[in-house]
Amino acid sequence: MTATALTSPVTLTTAARTARRTRFLHWIAVHSLAIAAALFFVLPFVFVFLTALMSDQQALTRDLWPDSWHWENLRAVWETPGFLTWWKNTLMYAGLGTALTLLSSIPVAYALARFKFRGRNLALMLVISTMMLPPQVVIVPMYLFWAKQLHLSGTLWPLIIPMAFTDAFSVFLLRQFLLTIPKDYVDAAKVDGCGDFRALVRIVLPMAKPAVAAVALFQFFYCWNDYFGPQIYASENPAAWTLSYGLESFKGAHHTNWNLTMAATLLVLAPVIILFFFAQKAFIEGVTLTGVKG
Amino acid sequence: MISPGLRQKRRREALRNVAFLSPWLIGVSVFFLYPLISTVYFSFMRYDGFTPPTWTGLKNWQYVFTDYPFFWPALRNTLWLVVVMVTLRVIFGLGIGLLITKVKTGAGFFRTAFYLPYLAPPVAATMAFAFLLNPGTGPVNNILGAIGLPQPGWFNDPHWSKPALTLLALWGIGDLMVIFMASLLDVPQEQYEAASLDGAGRWQQFRFVTLPNISPIILFAVVTGVIQTMQYYTQPLVAGKVASGIIGGSGQQVEPGYPDKSTLTLPQLVYHLGFQRFDTGGACVIALVLFALAMVFTALLMRRGSGFLATND
Repeated sequence: MTATALTSPVTLTTAARTARRTRFLHWIAVHSLAIAAALFFVLPFVFVFLTALMSDQQALTRDLWPDSWHWENLRAVWETPGFLTWWKNTLMYAGLGTALTLLSSIPVAYALARFKFRGRNLALMLVISTMMLPPQVVIVPMYLFWAKQLHLSGTLWPLIIPMAFTDAFSVFLLRQFLLTIPKDYVDAAKVDGCGDFRALVRIVLPMAKPAVAAVALFQFFYCWNDYFGPQIYASENPAAWTLSYGLESFKGAHHTNWNLTMAATLLVLAPVIILFFFAQKAFIEGVTLTGVKG
Repeated sequence: MISPGLRQKRRREALRNVAFLSPWLIGVSVFFLYPLISTVYFSFMRYDGFTPPTWTGLKNWQYVFTDYPFFWPALRNTLWLVVVMVTLRVIFGLGIGLLITKVKTGAGFFRTAFYLPYLAPPVAATMAFAFLLNPGTGPVNNILGAIGLPQPGWFNDPHWSKPALTLLALWGIGDLMVIFMASLLDVPQEQYEAASLDGAGRWQQFRFVTLPNISPIILFAVVTGVIQTMQYYTQPLVAGKVASGIIGGSGQQVEPGYPDKSTLTLPQLVYHLGFQRFDTGGACVIALVLFALAMVFTALLMRRGSGFLATND
């Protein structure tokens, strides 16, 4: 742009025309690429949807489009014994887990971001290490602890209770955000005689809403999607299964019926997609917070 | 000499710190340090979960490294995934991030479409891909056949199962896309203007302005990608089970990692040894190998990583 302004008036018009044409071709190139990419991301959803509504016979063929629309497949899945229980269990795991994570992790994140004490860096390094740790590393003693000592296997409590004692990723993410809130606000409140806890609840938390929302969403999704935890602790008791675990067993029971399996898959995908549309902004902000701050 | 007032203030502060940190202090002790020490202990014991544990020295270690037939295939698969899947994910994530910053029309739609698959529950996503890629009636081979391309066996072929998992991982690129998108928008616009004044074309601008600016994010994406690969569990497990048609009732003793050990990863071995073969000691050896690998890359992240340990006091 700057370059064209410096050239003579005669070449300006042709230069401007070339520039406009280049920009148009660029627009075409970018948007065709974007459409191709969108197909890659969206088509799997479309095929799952179309197959979920096919008849039993058609789902065994290579057809892509249903001859007749069998909405009753969704209902058949919904009414499968256990499906509603899996829903309730997943909701309880995710809801309770998220609430406990927030309650326990916010004060810890605040202390790591604001208070000065010996061993703070060590504590932070431990938080990051546990965050990066595959859950399988400590699963054997943890299982023995919950199953043999507390007799809680066959329930989801071994997954929910630890969240009352912080979740490393949530602590880390909240701490990164709390660092960006200027200290002066808290200092001013303290001059007015406000204690640390009240300052956190009344002043810091309202300013940290985006981070709290992001952490809540991530934790909710983590629980909702968790497969390994329920597999370890709940597999022995179908009354404690979650959607992710139940979905797999559903496939086992209907292994030739792709239509019913895809209908079940659709019913597991749907709530996640709906939640996303309600909380899109919080999500995108949250992902950005995880890595790039600082 | 510390005045009594100051001492009292310090004690109050120490109490306050402990009060704020107590959930974490309990959590990290009970759910991390204790089981970690316990894992080391069990790695030297023979224990089936029923009879009392007995000391066996290095036998479990020896068994895992020399006789356990699944350890080295799992490690090789992990290496493959680190080299191919992580690399492709970073390149693809950067590409999609770049694309989304250039899109002028319908940006909101494209962003949502690119991001959404990332949120799909892994079991559901894997199940969907097992269907899409199934060699018999799957839409992908269907389309490949229609345009005259070869139709691989995907999750049923040991040479194609990891590429199929890679496709699934590329589908869920949303997290990397957002991170790259944010960092690309942070590159100072003046630098592009200066470069274009110097006659730099698009590729040169990318090479000499974009890349240097976002290199810390690329490093972050690579290292977290490697760490995620160490944790890679649900997708390969479910894909193997669905493709082999063996899911359903528990307690089946089938060889893990269908087809032909090609989808085995280290976390699956912890489950296989500890929860299917009741070999607690062997499972703990694998767990410690996994721990060592995860810690090496976490240390790398903390040393070189994007100011994780930064403070503002």
